[in-house]
Amino acid sequence: MKNRLTDLFERKKNNVLNIYFTAGHPTLNSTVNIIQTLEKNGADIIELGMPYSDPMADGETIQKSSAVALNNGMTLDTLFAQVEEARQTVQIPLIVMGYYNQLIQYGIDRFVARCAAVGIDGMIIPDLPMAIYEKDHKSLFEQYNISHSFLITPQTSDDRIRQADELSSGFIYVVSQSSITGKTGDINKEQEAYFERINAMRLKTPTLIGFGIHDKATKERAFNFANGAIIGSAFIRSVDGANGNIESTIEEFLQGVIG
Amino acid sequence: MNYQVTEEGFYGDFGGSFIPEMLHSNIDKLQRQYIEIMSDASFQKEFRSLLKDYVGRPSPLYFASKLSKELNTNVYLKREDLNHTGAHKINNTIGQILLAKRLGKTRIIAETGAGQHGVATATVCALMGLECVVYMGKIDIARQAPNVARMRMLGARVEPAFSGSQTLKDATNEAIRDWINNPVNTHYIIGSVVGPHPYPDMVARFQSIISEEMKWQLKEHTGKENPDYVVACVGGGSNAAGAFYHFLEDEDVKLVLVEAAGMGIDSGESAATSVLGSKGIIHGSRTLLMQTEDGQIVEPYSISAGLDYPGIGPLHAHLINSKRAMVFSATDTQAIDAAFHLTREEGIIPALETAHAFAILDQVGAKPEETMIVCLSGRGDKDLSTYISYLDGKEVKRH
Repeated sequence: MKNRLTDLFERKKNNVLNIYFTAGHPTLNSTVNIIQTLEKNGADIIELGMPYSDPMADGETIQKSSAVALNNGMTLDTLFAQVEEARQTVQIPLIVMGYYNQLIQYGIDRFVARCAAVGIDGMIIPDLPMAIYEKDHKSLFEQYNISHSFLITPQTSDDRIRQADELSSGFIYVVSQSSITGKTGDINKEQEAYFERINAMRLKTPTLIGFGIHDKATKERAFNFANGAIIGSAFIRSVDGANGNIESTIEEFLQGVIG
Repeated sequence: MNYQVTEEGFYGDFGGSFIPEMLHSNIDKLQRQYIEIMSDASFQKEFRSLLKDYVGRPSPLYFASKLSKELNTNVYLKREDLNHTGAHKINNTIGQILLAKRLGKTRIIAETGAGQHGVATATVCALMGLECVVYMGKIDIARQAPNVARMRMLGARVEPAFSGSQTLKDATNEAIRDWINNPVNTHYIIGSVVGPHPYPDMVARFQSIISEEMKWQLKEHTGKENPDYVVACVGGGSNAAGAFYHFLEDEDVKLVLVEAAGMGIDSGESAATSVLGSKGIIHGSRTLLMQTEDGQIVEPYSISAGLDYPGIGPLHAHLINSKRAMVFSATDTQAIDAAFHLTREEGIIPALETAHAFAILDQVGAKPEETMIVCLSGRGDKDLSTYISYLDGKEVKRH
C-alpha cells in the first residue's frame, strides 16, 4: 500500500509547501474545489482541518473558519465523502488535522480505516499524547499505512524531540514559536537558534515548520531551516477575502508565496 | 475501591493529560513537582497561616435547626460562604499562588464563570503583587457584573471570551490559548477540579481543607466520626471534591452531587453532564461531557454561571461511574426557590450555584437519626440582580 506523503519526501527533500485549510469553509461544498486548485497551483501537501468546536491550539482565524464550517453542517462523514470525490482527480498527499475527541467519538479503528479507504495519507492530532499513541494506536496506524506527525515546540526537550522522531512518520511538525496559530510577525533570532538546534540533531524524519508562516519571506526562512513549511491561517484569510472567484484567489495566493 | 489519582493522572477510566505539545513543558513540570512543593514544610506553614488569618478559616459548621426540623433529619452547613471573597474558591487560589511563586512565575491567568474564582485569583495576585489576567465569557461578564467590578478594582484585567457559548468553557479555552502564548513567565490557576493532570488532584488537595475541618467540627458538635451524607453542587466540581476528599474511602458516608438541570434535563437547555454526557475529552482531561455524535462539544445552559459547564471533573466522573456518588439535578426554578427558602428560613443568601444543592435535600432520604452536611460553597451577593428579578410574588409568610 503506498503512502503519498512518504513518497513525496523520497523524491522531494526541500521546499515542500503544505497548505492548511478548514474543510467545509467557506462553504460546505468548497472542499473539493480548493483541493484541486491547490494541487494545480503548486502546493505539495494539503492539510485538511476537521472543524472542531473547541480548537485549543488554534488562533482566531482557524477558530472562526471552524465555526463557519460547523454551521455549514460539516461532519466527519461529509469530509470523508469529499476526500473520496477529490481523490478521483488529485494525486497530492492529503492529511487531516483535528482533535483527539473527534477520533474517539467516531471510533478510532473506524476512523483510521475510513482514512485509508478514501485516500488520506496522514494525520495530525495535537492533543494525542505520544505515550498513548505508542501504546494504543501506533500498530493500527501502521496497519493502514497512515502516517502521524507529532508537534515539537521551542520548549520541547531534546529527549522528547528524539521520541517524536521515533514515533512520527511522514514529517515532524516544528511549531515555530510559543504561540497559537495565526501570528503574523517576522522570524526572529531566537526562533532561528531553535531551528538550528533541531537541524543539528539530524533527525531521520523530515521536518516542516508551521505556526506564523504567512508570506513568501517567512516561508523562505522556514525553507532554509527545514524540509518545508506549513501555511494555514494566512491562506484562510485570503480565501475569506475572495471576491467571488475562489480559484483565482488561491492561484494569486500561491503565486505570491511561491513566487 | 481506590479514589485517589494514579501516577499517570487517572481516576479509573477518567483523567489523564491530553494536551498539545505547546503545554507539555509546563504541565510536565507541575506533574513532577506539585506533590513535593505542596508537602514542603515551609509551603504548608505559609498556606495554613494564610488560610487562618487571611481567609478566616476554619469556616464554621453550623447546625441549621429549621431546615433540620423541616426535613426531619440533622442538617449541618459548612459555611464556605463566610470565607474572604465569599466562596470556597480562595482555598485553591491561595495554594496555587504560593506554588506559582515557588515555580518562579510572575504572571497569573485564570478562567472564571460566576466570577468567584476570578475574584479569588485577583485577590491573591493583589496580595502577592503578581500580574493577573482573568478570562470570562462575554455572557457571564453581563450576568455577574459585581464580580467583574471587584476583579477590576483588585487590579486584574478581565478579558472577554467571545467564542462558542461565551461562558465558562470558552473562558477556559481562551486561558489555555494565553498559556500557549506565554509558557515561560505564566502560571494558569485553574479554578476547578478539571483540566489535565495534575490540576484535578492539585485543586482537590487544596480544597480538601473543607472536609478536613468538617470531620473534627462534626465530632465537636455531635461526637460522631462521620456524617451520613455530604451534599454539594457540581459544575467542574471543586467544592464537591473538597467536601468529599476525606470521606472518599469511608464508603458509609454517602456522597451526593447536585448538577444544574437548567430549564430541565430534556429541554435542550441544561448542564446535567452525568445524564446528558458521554465519555470524551475536554480541556485536556478524559471525563464525561456533553457532545454530539461527531465529538463536538455541546453548549450547556444554566442560570448559574458557575455550573454552566459541559464537563465534570474526572474524579466526579469516576465517583459517578463507580456508583460511589449519587447524582441529583435541580432546575433554574428549583434553585431560585431553594435560595429564597434558605434565605427566609436560616437568614443566609446563598450563591445561585450553591442553591442547587439545597433544592434536592428532601430527595436524599436522610433518616431522623442521620446527619447531613451541605457544603454552602458561596454567598449570593453576586447574584442579587437575578434574585431581585424574582422578588415579586415571593412575599414572606411568617407566623
